[in-house]
Amino acid sequence: MRADLEIIRDWIRPGSRVIDLGCGEGELLEHLVNEKQVQGYGIEINSDNITACIEKGVSVIEKDIDEGLCSIRSNSFDTVVMSHALQTMHRPDQIVEEMLRIGKECIVTFPNFAHWRARFYLAFRGRMPVSKFLSYTWYNTPNIHFFTFKDFEELCVERNIYIVDRTVVDHEHKHRWWIRLWPNMLGEIAIYRITR
Amino acid sequence: MKDFPEDSVGIVTPQRIHFDQPLTLASGRVLPEYDLVVETYGQLNQQASNAILICHALSGHHHAAGYHHQDDKKPGWWDSAIGPGKAIDTNRFFVVSLNNLGGCHGSTGPNTLNPETGQPFGPDFPIVTVQDWVQSQARLADYLGIQQWAAVVGGSLGGMQALQWSIDFPDRLRHCVIIAAAPKLSTQNIAFNEVARQAITKDPQFHDGHYYAQQSVPKTGLMLARMVGHITYLSEDGMREKFGRELRSGKLSFDFNPQFEIETYLQYQGERFSTSFDANTYLLMTKALDYFDPAADYDNDLALALKNVQCQYFVASFTTDWRFSPERSREIVDALIEAGKKVTYTEIQAAHGHDAFLIPIPRYMEVFGAYMNRIANAVEKDNAR
Repeated sequence: MRADLEIIRDWIRPGSRVIDLGCGEGELLEHLVNEKQVQGYGIEINSDNITACIEKGVSVIEKDIDEGLCSIRSNSFDTVVMSHALQTMHRPDQIVEEMLRIGKECIVTFPNFAHWRARFYLAFRGRMPVSKFLSYTWYNTPNIHFFTFKDFEELCVERNIYIVDRTVVDHEHKHRWWIRLWPNMLGEIAIYRITR
Repeated sequence: MKDFPEDSVGIVTPQRIHFDQPLTLASGRVLPEYDLVVETYGQLNQQASNAILICHALSGHHHAAGYHHQDDKKPGWWDSAIGPGKAIDTNRFFVVSLNNLGGCHGSTGPNTLNPETGQPFGPDFPIVTVQDWVQSQARLADYLGIQQWAAVVGGSLGGMQALQWSIDFPDRLRHCVIIAAAPKLSTQNIAFNEVARQAITKDPQFHDGHYYAQQSVPKTGLMLARMVGHITYLSEDGMREKFGRELRSGKLSFDFNPQFEIETYLQYQGERFSTSFDANTYLLMTKALDYFDPAADYDNDLALALKNVQCQYFVASFTTDWRFSPERSREIVDALIEAGKKVTYTEIQAAHGHDAFLIPIPRYMEVFGAYMNRIANAVEKDNAR
């Protein structure tokens, strides 16, 4: 399992109700349902991913998250997960609000655009960063909002969102002691646990 | 001898099963005895755990797959999905398909003889509901020795039966497959049904439903009903793509004869239907649709109605279906999520409107097949234990 999903997995209580927005092939949910008896649902838009979820036996709902989550009742989930998808949403702020409405707690992961490699790429090459992790070029990337840990945390302050937990890792989703020295420069991916 | 396609179930023979246990209907009326006409495809395994029930839609019947004889031109109505290697794989499943009570293809209905009078039931045949059908299908399961279906599967009105099954007999199915359906009819749906009923009942040949004795058939009414219905089965884009504004003779004829291709097509469809379907059955089927509302007994709360269900669900809709639009399927899905039940939902891109559920659209067959495959794998894994 992808390392960030392992971290998320450990944050989820057994037997709870979980919805994974942009669940991909459903590996997190498959694990949570089988090992933690979680009542889990995934929202996905990609056909191949949906088929993969069906094969795994994961409850998957075909839906464009950008169209909103208004049909889901407030506070109907214990945890709402969005892993590596917030930067692809048309309005990340509205999605975060919606996540906080339907769930008691949310877990969000996203790439940090202020990582030193991205900074240097833009500063010295004068071009939008392309890396192993963000492997698209500017015209075909699904990542339409680039933001940093600081940006996200400012949004949380503005909207009275409480950050319960934050873990910053490198592109392999591994903890490194030195990341803690200057997370917004050295960390590539952040995993936030937020609530209101 | 003609060769049928390799993925066809080949020649099938319907069987008639008689039930002499009285069936009390939702209306309070009782059918003392009745017949159901049934087709089956594939083999029931020893544990009787691989059985699939197919529920038909408004104009459907028991003949879902295969051919009735060597020279049969057309296979059953859902042959695209049922057969060896198809989404409902008859190499792995035992498939049961019946003509519902009140139907006109052999099961007890308005056009069969009332044993009490020796005359056709006609308009005296009781109004049957989706719940009544499910009760009769459960008796069919008993008769066939099937305690629990691997899945109950249906499109449109058939999907409504599948949903009702999961509520009425929670422990008698493991999966519920609901395609292009709705949790209840919209006002607009009921309005269209009423137009169809008026067309039939106002036909002078209808004779208040006693047309059998008069040796007449309300053909015009039935044809109009079907034409209206058919428009709701197609999408606007699909119609435009298929017929456009094409003229049969290439130029305007300045009279009231059918000139546009769509006019001819609808007339042809209506005409064909009016000679193969029974008007009283059509009335009954539209009423069963109108009355369907499983949440009604639960404070109009569908999630509450689904509280005790035990099966897993597969729900599918089609983007251009405006008869039972994707929003309607999502109502079912939302209620299932609220009730904490396992559900998979897919929305298929298709130009064909409501009719899409009968068409082997590649993506549709892929997801549907993947889900059915999962069911078959679980059945076979259980048996290997």
